[in-house]
Amino acid sequence: MISFQYSRAVDVADAVRQVAASRGAKFVAGGTNLVDLMKMDVEKPPKLIDVTRLPLDKVEEVTGGGLRIGALVRNSDLAYHPAVERRYPMLSSALLAGASQQLRNMATVGGNLMQRTRCAYFYDLATPCNKREPGSGCSAIGGLNRMNAILGTSDACIAVHPSDMCVALAVLEARVRVSGPRGEREIPFADFHRLPGDTPQRDTNLGADELITAIDLPSRGFTANYTYLKIRDRLSYAFALVSVAVGLELEGGKIRTARFALGGVAHKPWRDPEAEAALRGKVANETAFAQAADIVLRDAKGFGHNTFKIDLARKVIVRALSQAARGTPQSQSSKKIA
Amino acid sequence: MTASEEADAESRFNHPTRREVVAGGITVPIAMSLTSESMAQSRAGNGVSSSAVSVNLTVNGTRHVLTLDPRSTLLDVLRERLDLTGSKKGCDQGQCGACTVLIDGRRVVSCLTLAVMTEGRSITTIEGLAKDGKLHPLQQAFIDHDAFQCGYCTPGQICSAAGLIAEGKAKTAEEIRELMSGNICRCGAYTNIVAAIQQAMGRS
Repeated sequence: MISFQYSRAVDVADAVRQVAASRGAKFVAGGTNLVDLMKMDVEKPPKLIDVTRLPLDKVEEVTGGGLRIGALVRNSDLAYHPAVERRYPMLSSALLAGASQQLRNMATVGGNLMQRTRCAYFYDLATPCNKREPGSGCSAIGGLNRMNAILGTSDACIAVHPSDMCVALAVLEARVRVSGPRGEREIPFADFHRLPGDTPQRDTNLGADELITAIDLPSRGFTANYTYLKIRDRLSYAFALVSVAVGLELEGGKIRTARFALGGVAHKPWRDPEAEAALRGKVANETAFAQAADIVLRDAKGFGHNTFKIDLARKVIVRALSQAARGTPQSQSSKKIA
Repeated sequence: MTASEEADAESRFNHPTRREVVAGGITVPIAMSLTSESMAQSRAGNGVSSSAVSVNLTVNGTRHVLTLDPRSTLLDVLRERLDLTGSKKGCDQGQCGACTVLIDGRRVVSCLTLAVMTEGRSITTIEGLAKDGKLHPLQQAFIDHDAFQCGYCTPGQICSAAGLIAEGKAKTAEEIRELMSGNICRCGAYTNIVAAIQQAMGRS
């Protein structure tokens, strides 16, 4: 780890001021990803601004029936928050599918959004990586790419976004509230994370001088028909090979609204409006679900070791939509997949 | 002294136990940490680096005032500055749980915690669990159920289990397994670990 300056921000304005004043400075809260990356010399910020003392740790009601989640709310607190458990059970489930309880106790909501990829080559300084060192090349293409992306990839990068929470937030159509030198703004969740394109070094559309202050959840929580189904190499405490968050609204056995997002397959939580539209008005059965899966995966591309993910994703989509339609969401403690 | 005791004593003399070696070897990391501290201070004095910070740490009820390089993880400070070597360094990247401690009663991994960020928080390590010379119910339960083989992950397992019990979310063995998944045991003592936690849950 390189030497760095440490300072504490006293309020949001101070945090924004400090980050603008020091080129390359980074905010730190839970530190579960950033400290790890700093140990590996992947991240080398000259200054860390500790934002953990800012008053952004509340979960509040907002007018219109939604919920505002402070950026510093810990992942475990959010997962077990009564309002989240009751009104956004898919989010609670996705949170509990991620990491371990120790890490959930540390990790914040804002930091979860800012997680960087776990692509092994991003961590390995001895190999080229366009995300770590733009222009150096991608070692995962043609390398060991079992955990890498099958959708939305580019010639520059096939990394995946590792978050579970963000997959649920994509389905819930959360809005990200940020503060910067030019004031506050809101970013729709779909626009927050980026595809790699030819700038894989940029994971998000957040400015380097902006601080996430909260996540707003609209009122629609899909409490009756939802699931978060995560398939991984071991039953707990592992990143997703493929995960699927689903929210359905049914009417007399037919689908009125369908939303679903995939994790572990792309540089951002992957939603496909066309696939969701194809489900609208259909009878909720496996035939319809398989058609939707085919639409999502029409342009999927494997890179050798991860090609199995295309077929796996198809099955996980169908299974997750079935779980949601039946009203039998995946349990995150019993690992039996119904 | 019986013959076998004599043999034991002789064997200990010729082959010091691991614990004795570790105790003897402790001077090395302390000497190293003093050196790095004085280096940090001298750099600060030269104006080359002013990054060293003074930190108040409350560990197991005792307050410590330390001058730290901000890079210091809580785990390294506990082990190398405060001589609390119960918290173990396994992977040093948040994947094994051997370094688990409680901060304000919540379990966290100390290897990914910057010590400077814990100022003012109350830190509890495995050394702080026993009270009045009596083992914590979890410590006793781990002994009762033989919930370890090599023991390296045990301090982290016990601190994590203490956090788990305080959280109150795990009722069944299945839920204990899921919520203890952040603690890896390479010996595979999981069955007995779950039994030990169930025993302690019944008592607490």
